Amino acid sequence: MTDAVKPRPQTGNLWQEAWIRFRRNRLAMAGLVMVVFLIVVAVFAPFFAPFDPYKQLIWSEGLKVRLAPPTGTHWMGTDLFGRDIMSRVIFGARISLQIGIFATVVSLCIGVPLGAAAGFFGGRVDDLISWLINVVFAFPFFLFVLAIIAVFRNPGMLVVFTAIGLVNWVSIARVTRAQFISLREREYVEATKALGLPTRRVIFRHILPNALAPVIVQATLGMGSVIMVEAGLAFIGFGAQPPIPSWGLMISEGQKYLATGQWWWTLFPGVAIMFTVLAFNFVGDGLRDALDVRLKR
Amino acid sequence: MLSYVIRKVLYSIPVVWGVITVVFILINVVPGDPAMIMMGQRGDEETLTKIRADMGLDLPLHVQYVRFLGQVCRGDLGTSYRTNEKVTDAISDHLNATVRLALGALVLGTALGVTMGVISAVKQYSFFDYSAMFIAIAGVSAPVFWVGLLLLMTFAYWLGWAPGAGFGDGSFKYLILPMITLGVRPGALTARLTRSCMLEVLNQDYIRTAFAKGLPERIVVLKHALKNAMIPVITIVGTQISELLSGAVLTETIFAWPGIGRLSVDSLLARDLPMIRGTVIFMAVIFLAANLLVDISYGFFDPRIRYE
Repeated sequence: MTDAVKPRPQTGNLWQEAWIRFRRNRLAMAGLVMVVFLIVVAVFAPFFAPFDPYKQLIWSEGLKVRLAPPTGTHWMGTDLFGRDIMSRVIFGARISLQIGIFATVVSLCIGVPLGAAAGFFGGRVDDLISWLINVVFAFPFFLFVLAIIAVFRNPGMLVVFTAIGLVNWVSIARVTRAQFISLREREYVEATKALGLPTRRVIFRHILPNALAPVIVQATLGMGSVIMVEAGLAFIGFGAQPPIPSWGLMISEGQKYLATGQWWWTLFPGVAIMFTVLAFNFVGDGLRDALDVRLKR
Repeated sequence: MLSYVIRKVLYSIPVVWGVITVVFILINVVPGDPAMIMMGQRGDEETLTKIRADMGLDLPLHVQYVRFLGQVCRGDLGTSYRTNEKVTDAISDHLNATVRLALGALVLGTALGVTMGVISAVKQYSFFDYSAMFIAIAGVSAPVFWVGLLLLMTFAYWLGWAPGAGFGDGSFKYLILPMITLGVRPGALTARLTRSCMLEVLNQDYIRTAFAKGLPERIVVLKHALKNAMIPVITIVGTQISELLSGAVLTETIFAWPGIGRLSVDSLLARDLPMIRGTVIFMAVIFLAANLLVDISYGFFDPRIRYE
């Protein structure tokens, strides 16, 4: 992790010091271990999963594996079709991480340039972009994403994470804007202007690297909420569609059987969501403390 | 003060206009013909033409936009495709349930969150502190619909202490589980924020002075420290309202609660475009109005803000 972020000597110190502080923070390290664990599980899902997540075992093993409670063979039980829930939870990590990463990338691609432009140029540009940020911010996050997805006839996963990104960029843009506003008055930026450097170079080479820390923190904290939103969408039926092993979808499928006491179909995917969100929150909080960032939220 | 209020109100007008415009673009410019969406695959060309004419969809887009803006300004959000009911009537029918749910959750969450946060800060690193903060972190990370389902399963199905999903006769016992479900997240956030603000305030000189002149701990904590620690907590009430509205969508779905959140999900599932448009605009405006009130009250409590 350190190797990836210390190419330039002048920024190397900041990141190295941050890493030392991060390593001392036990919760942050726990979060990092949890995130690494999730990534490993997601990448090597076929290796960890004891069964094929799509295979309906009732056809080969009969009705005894239909909604069977947790046992030694099926640690988290089976669902209505005799699919092994643990295998589905393991494969579900792929869906959640994909959503988290892609939606965050979309948010960064929109939020960083807009926030940077607003903060750097100020005036009319800032008025316009800040207005847009306030407008998007006015919508309840979840409902707005729902509405964007609902206008598409056959929303695939691409639509889902684009929609989340289209709403989520505002928090990134706000943080970027605030950073640019405070940095653009610094003497070293004045110096680059006095040297007659082109604006693009000032923004990308001189301000942006110094503005990144809070953006990274915000993006990491945002991963958790993005994953939670996707789970909610799948739960209502607007995200991943059956038979995809998405955690939110599994909770939705299992909820009908709660009244009759079959709790395992609903419980375990929820634990997985909580674990994932917790992991990203720990890492995000840890990064915030390590990089000494104060976020206004 | 008055000029501050007026400035704040004027400032929110372009945002409201933006909200209406975004919703218009969302519904009208994206691929897909609303008339087709409304009829599904069944519609023949003649019916479709008639629907388009009825809804003004055959007019040029900018004419539709001006008409739509005019309607919204007059408080007319159109008529549902599905039930033929006026959207504003449907919203006012469902408003009561959502307000009860959201207020209940906010009051419960804030009361519990502040109490937990204060005790945690005063008894920092104690067993209570660790367990309260563990619960708070878990509460922030757990999906609201999952918490709701687990509560429903435990208290309604297993123990039978609470009635199951539904509004029932509207009595309080039906509100308890949905209220707790929706209150978990604001409560957890408030607890964490209160704790960190209290810790910051408790380290300040005037608190040491208060202790030094022999005031009892209870007075110092509740009267001197809490007052200043509460300012950031009040500020996030605005954010909380957004979270509550988002959370209400899912909570109302689980508990079959007849509020605006459920109305919007039902209309989304049925592709009832005027209803989607109306509920989304309504929720956004509520959120803006609530934030405006928070801003104004903040300016009221802290005079420095007025002159920014």
